[in-house]
Amino acid sequence: MQLFSGVALGAVFVMLALGLSIIFGMLGIVNFAHGNFFMIGAYAGVFVLERTGSFWLALLLGPLLVGALGLVVERLLIRPLAGRSPDDALLLTFGLGYVLVEGVRILFGSDGLPVATPEALSGVADLGIGLFPVYRLFVIGVVALVLLLLWWALERTRLGLIVRAGARDPEILRVLGVDIQRLWLWVFGLGIALAALGGVLAAPMRSVNPEMGSAVLSEAFAVTVIGGMGSLLGSVAAGLLVGIVVSLTALVAPEMANIAVFAFMALVLLARPHGLFGKPGLGT
Amino acid sequence: MGGFLAGGAAPTRRAVIGGGLALGALAGLGRPARAAEPIRIGFPVPITGPFGAEAKDQVRSAELAVRQFNEAGGLGGRMAELLVRDDKLNPGEAATRTLELIEKDRAHFIVGALSSAVQLSVNEITRSRKVLYVSISQSDTINEAKDFGRTTFHEALNPHMTTAAVAKHAFRKGSRIAYLAADYAYGHEMLRGFKRAAAAIGAETAGEILHPFGAPDYSTFMPRLRTMRPDILCICNFGRDQANAIKQANDFGMKRASRLVVPVLLHNQRLAAGPDAFEGVVGAANYFWRLEETVPSARAFNDAFRAAHGGAVPTDYGAYAYTAVRALLMAVTKAGGTDTEAVVTALEGLTYDVAKGPEHYRACDHQAVQSVLVLESKKKSEMAGEADLFTILAIEPGSEAALRSCEELGHRA
Repeated sequence: MQLFSGVALGAVFVMLALGLSIIFGMLGIVNFAHGNFFMIGAYAGVFVLERTGSFWLALLLGPLLVGALGLVVERLLIRPLAGRSPDDALLLTFGLGYVLVEGVRILFGSDGLPVATPEALSGVADLGIGLFPVYRLFVIGVVALVLLLLWWALERTRLGLIVRAGARDPEILRVLGVDIQRLWLWVFGLGIALAALGGVLAAPMRSVNPEMGSAVLSEAFAVTVIGGMGSLLGSVAAGLLVGIVVSLTALVAPEMANIAVFAFMALVLLARPHGLFGKPGLGT
Repeated sequence: MGGFLAGGAAPTRRAVIGGGLALGALAGLGRPARAAEPIRIGFPVPITGPFGAEAKDQVRSAELAVRQFNEAGGLGGRMAELLVRDDKLNPGEAATRTLELIEKDRAHFIVGALSSAVQLSVNEITRSRKVLYVSISQSDTINEAKDFGRTTFHEALNPHMTTAAVAKHAFRKGSRIAYLAADYAYGHEMLRGFKRAAAAIGAETAGEILHPFGAPDYSTFMPRLRTMRPDILCICNFGRDQANAIKQANDFGMKRASRLVVPVLLHNQRLAAGPDAFEGVVGAANYFWRLEETVPSARAFNDAFRAAHGGAVPTDYGAYAYTAVRALLMAVTKAGGTDTEAVVTALEGLTYDVAKGPEHYRACDHQAVQSVLVLESKKKSEMAGEADLFTILAIEPGSEAALRSCEELGHRA
């Protein structure tokens, strides 16, 4: 039961870490605004939900809207920094995070919004090992589906091949005549959309508020580092692992649950300095 | 993240000019140009952060108290003004803002704070500067001799009286109680209060879990809480933590076997989480607007607030700010000026009924002696309107017997 709670918690971490990892692996950018895109995603989801009354639409349109915002951000803010030191991008995204939070405060106020669990997904399921909220089972399902789609797109399509090649050697790809800038644009948008999807999924479980992004950012980074910066498989494995570690810590030493993530990260890095699935040399 | 890029608030022009006038008056350069300098009340509250909703209610209600005082002519033409500052729920930030309010903005009094730790840090500053401070957030520690000073007043309820009132109505002899408490001063003090009350009633502790402050997810604690098989699950946390913890306890079906109890049932968090999650949850409060059905001063307060805010009703934490500022200005009137010593003496001797029936400050620790409401969150179908959130189960009358004794707090009786 405790393991199960951990997997459900880890599912949200996975959504966050995937985007962070893709963006870092492809563009070499450490996106400090990632947590706040997660928050914007939650708000976009609530916005769509309030206007249409459909959670399914919110789940679809929320990430698309925020992903589109991601495209704009990449085109107007990130691209001009190409070729400059990574510190510039880091500072830019850090500042952008603040802008996003303030923007939400202006538009929606700073109190946060109530989000009811969708009618069809509320309630408790008896799994035989204990009671578990139906909605959290649904979250695990959605994340699993998204992972399958991503895996298929990366492994089985031509575009996926280009993306994987781009992560390894953008120079050669450019020589081969691939428009690398357009590729970067879409990868950034995808990463942001994944964070936003995490936000929409998290909205009914936690209240939606402007600070929810900062709360998850450090954990998302820890997950990405544990998995290995730039490794997608690593993000998935580490996300679930961290969820389980937090959950098991809550069982034995609940007040340590927050610190557990970082203690685990330290342990992993001592054994494997590049993370579980990280490749030496990548991003250094 | 965040917090370390905090900008300082520059003193307002008015404060600078006002300060200059006061200096001019001190230097004996004839009479100042204006009738008299305003009565300045510094008001540090956490406008940004997880308690933002409660803080905004504090500001709205304190502003109402100031406006009413001014509309009634102030102190012989001397007007009051409220200097609101954001303490960001951070003790260090609060100390900086408080110092600034006293030294730069020349505030005569400080009212505010919305966290146990923050109010203690504000109190440190006001004590050392000998400025009167009225705290409007729950704390047991501030009553204790080591933190107390002649200028310290505590208008909010304290965890001891809050938990005693809730326990009296929710705990029974032999009840098994599991606790989920936030791991900081507020959670610890509420936990201690409940256990003390439970021991007196004969209820037993099934287990306790401390959770990190500000945790967004409580799912990992729920299976363990369930294995404790409690009759009552007691959730001791504040602000968004309360809404999230109750919502998730509800999602995990905790209400099937246990009754949910909280020390303080928060108006804004009930609004944030919705009626279903909170249905049947029992907790205490200092104020709920339906008190107007039995208490005339509550009706007057509600009506003034409704008139000022388009029909909205004031909330629990708003009421603290309102009663604190009203009482302070009554004491200023009684003292005939802003001299700290004179106002402290006036406030010590004051009995005021401005929103919830008669209140007064106990002599030894300046704790406001007042009624405690025990509330239950209503079912959606039983709500008579948007703001009809709670049923008032009981009103425990204010009495010094409900407080810890002066000797226990370390005061010389």
